[in-house]
Amino acid sequence: MRPSTSGSRAPQMNIYEQQAYNKRTTVAIVAVFVLFFLVLGLGFDYFYLNFSPLAAPQIHMTEDGYYEAQRPSGAARIPFGTIISLLIGLGVAGNSMVNGPSMVLRSTMARRAVPGSDKEKQYLNVVEEMATAAGLPVPTAYIVPDPDLNAFATGTNPSNSVIAVTEGLLDSLNREELQGVVAHEMSHIRNYDMRLMTIMAGLIGAITLLSDFAGRSLRFGGRSYGGASRGDSGKRGGPAAIIFFVIWIILIVLAPLLSRLLAMAVSRQREFLADASAAELTRNPLSLVAALEKIRAAVMPTNAINNGVGHMCITDPRGGLFEEKSGFVADLLATHPPMEKRILALKMMAYQGGSPQPA
Amino acid sequence: MTILAVVLLLVGAWIVYIFNGLVGLRNQVANAFRQIDVQLKRRHDLIPNLVESVRGEMKFEKETLERVIQARAAAVTAGQGGNTGDILAKEGMLTQALGRLMAVSENYPNLKANDGVRSLMEELTHTENQIGFARQFYNDVVTKFNTGQQVFPANMFAAMLGFSPAVLWELPADSVERETPKVNLTI
Repeated sequence: MRPSTSGSRAPQMNIYEQQAYNKRTTVAIVAVFVLFFLVLGLGFDYFYLNFSPLAAPQIHMTEDGYYEAQRPSGAARIPFGTIISLLIGLGVAGNSMVNGPSMVLRSTMARRAVPGSDKEKQYLNVVEEMATAAGLPVPTAYIVPDPDLNAFATGTNPSNSVIAVTEGLLDSLNREELQGVVAHEMSHIRNYDMRLMTIMAGLIGAITLLSDFAGRSLRFGGRSYGGASRGDSGKRGGPAAIIFFVIWIILIVLAPLLSRLLAMAVSRQREFLADASAAELTRNPLSLVAALEKIRAAVMPTNAINNGVGHMCITDPRGGLFEEKSGFVADLLATHPPMEKRILALKMMAYQGGSPQPA
Repeated sequence: MTILAVVLLLVGAWIVYIFNGLVGLRNQVANAFRQIDVQLKRRHDLIPNLVESVRGEMKFEKETLERVIQARAAAVTAGQGGNTGDILAKEGMLTQALGRLMAVSENYPNLKANDGVRSLMEELTHTENQIGFARQFYNDVVTKFNTGQQVFPANMFAAMLGFSPAVLWELPADSVERETPKVNLTI
């Protein structure tokens, strides 16, 4: 029997331990992201916009003939570039957060689930059960008319959240498996993943703005590093500043790619977290395993759901092949972890995930 | 002097923070406990309908149906009485009786063809699940509340501030629900 594909042997973690681990990892990645943004933003301000709150005060002569030490003016102490790009990035992201759910639902042509047919009534009941288990208000339940198996959740607040499943999913899964999938989506709502990904999108937007602007300034042959007009007493020594500048330029050029990688890493962690939270809600990890295996078997892409909401789905809507591909680059750019790893983690929660014993 | 005052202020603010957190959790515990009753009552309301719709088809199961009706009546009375041990016992017997009914209904394929019965069976499954999840959620919040009282620094103040650990929901040791239901499937 083939051992697991995860490489090193993963430690046995139960429902609570997995959730704690995923939350810690999210915090770590987001911290790196924020740090990255600050380096880019403050560097931009330092090299291009005369931002230097730590500059030594300049000494010059006033009209009365006295020497006076002047601290940098108020404007030089505010990192305009960082703040403005942050405002724009978060503004755009905030707008998508507010209008997002309705736009997403309209784009997928989802319809409200009504207790008409057996399956839909069952679906509504399952959503209500998961809301009871989570102690949250019942989300609105929608159905997407697509034969593929997929589901997503959206909504920034548990009180205005939405869960949608495709018709294919309703037809293929039994009650327990449907419960697992709905629990996974409910967990995204419970863990405020929409808000987190929106903030990530805002940061990506801000970083892209900075990167764009820096690129423009460079192209016009702007000042190699700014501040030349302020006199030389405010600047540190030459070589160190140049090295910083070169490193910063490299970061700026790689910024769009790096920020995307970081955001995808966060997205993958949240998927693992949603799986573990779902297992906590249903206390039945194996039902989600069965559902994931059925979903994996049906490798059709979900045409109704476009890429913009891909990270909120239970599986990549671009099609199963994206999750079966392994390899370094594919792993880094995926919104969802490979199915193998998710199933292994869930089996660990059911105490069935150990590597096979030697015969 | 001012340092001492600031430190005392911070400690005071911290105690207020702990107190407010525990108050919130205690109310969640009370709420979750009552939600279990909400689901139990739903089950009581659902049963007469169910029994009536299957009675025609399941003519040979009079005993099973009667047991369900009696168990329901006993559970409703226990609910009005308010003795928790009694409620648990009677609700447990109702669960057993319903379980038997559901298993026996497998012998009657015509029941599945009947739309009304099918949707009622789904409602029954749904209600049983709701009761289970409500109890699970109650245990979850009780655990959070108890942990909140027992972690360090709160454990120094919790008893003083009037909090005591809540009790987890559990089946009594002699409850009928701990036995596997015995079902006779021979016709």
